[in-house]
Amino acid sequence: MTIHSAIKPVAKAVNWNRLQDEKDLEIWNRLTANFWLPEKVPLSNDIQSWASLKPEEQQLTIRVFTGLTLLDTIQNTVGAPALMADAVTPHEEAVLTNIAFMEAVHARSYSSVFSTLCRTAEVDDAFRWSEENEHLQAKSRLILEEYNATSSPLKKKIASVFLESFLFYSGFYLPMHWSSRAKLTNTADLIRLIIRDEAVHGYYIGYKFQRALERLPEAERAEIKDFAFSLLLDLYGLETHYTEELYDPLGLTEDVKHFLHYNANKALQNLGFEGLFPEAICQVNPAIMASLSPNADENHDFFSGSGSSYVIGKAVATEDEDWDF
Amino acid sequence: MLWLKWKRWVTDRFLLLLQETSTGLASVQTKSAASPELVSGLVYFSSPSGNTHRFVERLGLPAERIPPRASEPMLKATQPFVLITPTYADGEGRGAVHKQVIRFLNDAANRTLLRGVIASGNRNFGAFFAYAGTIIAAKCNCPCLYKFELAGTDSDIARVRQGLDLFWKQQLSISQ
Repeated sequence: MTIHSAIKPVAKAVNWNRLQDEKDLEIWNRLTANFWLPEKVPLSNDIQSWASLKPEEQQLTIRVFTGLTLLDTIQNTVGAPALMADAVTPHEEAVLTNIAFMEAVHARSYSSVFSTLCRTAEVDDAFRWSEENEHLQAKSRLILEEYNATSSPLKKKIASVFLESFLFYSGFYLPMHWSSRAKLTNTADLIRLIIRDEAVHGYYIGYKFQRALERLPEAERAEIKDFAFSLLLDLYGLETHYTEELYDPLGLTEDVKHFLHYNANKALQNLGFEGLFPEAICQVNPAIMASLSPNADENHDFFSGSGSSYVIGKAVATEDEDWDF
Repeated sequence: MLWLKWKRWVTDRFLLLLQETSTGLASVQTKSAASPELVSGLVYFSSPSGNTHRFVERLGLPAERIPPRASEPMLKATQPFVLITPTYADGEGRGAVHKQVIRFLNDAANRTLLRGVIASGNRNFGAFFAYAGTIIAAKCNCPCLYKFELAGTDSDIARVRQGLDLFWKQQLSISQ
């Protein structure tokens, strides 16, 4: 009897007042503060705008959103749960359940767009297309291979950061493009909520990757870094084909590729690595940047000396005792 | 080092494109590291994710780090400085400035020496990209000098080096 009770595992309750890693609480707070549902966005205001798109533009948009739905589905049902098994703190597991659920919200959101704007038959066609498109299926397979239970915890995290911080962007480009032309602006608002969430997910998983990596001996660290760059290039190869197939008819492929390079470098930075693509091919169309972060570029480049960039903030009373932000 | 090979491969592959478009970049990228005439300092905050730390390392200028944890004694600035800080804002812009940075700036002596702020963030946060810079500039009545993403790019590094150099020279000429 005593022998049995000695080896019985102790079930542990998560105590948020005893943290092993403060980043867990920081990210939990950020993710829960950012919680949203698609019902928050008045998608029906885009009905007229949708009707103004040409049939091929509508088809492209539905396909792109179906491709994004697939990635969100993978991250919701396989990716985030796979990372849970490797969590090093109970709080990390809790954060990952939030990430998994928000991916389900994202996947569900595209269906809200579809049911508001599109005909059922067109949407069914696009879902069939997503199952038959070789590039989309190939990149899903590459990621799913790394989510396999036998894969190393570090490689799972790399695949996950690449999905969150790189693979989505061939799709995110299109609603930002429409929005820069004052089209589907409510849909773009919804996509921006998704884009914001993915930034936190990529950052957090990348942070956990860095913590795990620094515990490895030098030789293994080098091997993991090689793996990361190789996987990125494999995914990039598939992304270029996918991008060409989708965007060539609109003449947007080169523009999208700059956006891909820019985001691939950011994904690598989330992992603590330097960028891979030279800056000259990461020059994202300013209209897309402005669509991504409206108003974010005002008054900050003092160094460039351009125009009215030097604006001292309006005087705000500052108390020494309590400087509350 | 397989990853270096990949990096060279990518660079070579795009070399043609680079030669066509990089004339503007080349001029800023060749600037050397520390400027000896620099009169004042840098203070920065970086959480264990290390993006800002990597940025400051690449900048190659002397800099003091605000301790990441509240349990450690707070930094005391001794000379005029520019602050480099990441952003922690949620979707409404709340919580943009890290508590340790607030603690540091709550010290009036530190605040008096603050000359400008450089903030980092992620454009995925839309209008609140690098919002810590906007908040601190407004609170402390100093300019927000620059914003960059994550650990910054090579041209961010070059611009900040050149910009700081010029900025301190201007500051010096104002104070004389």
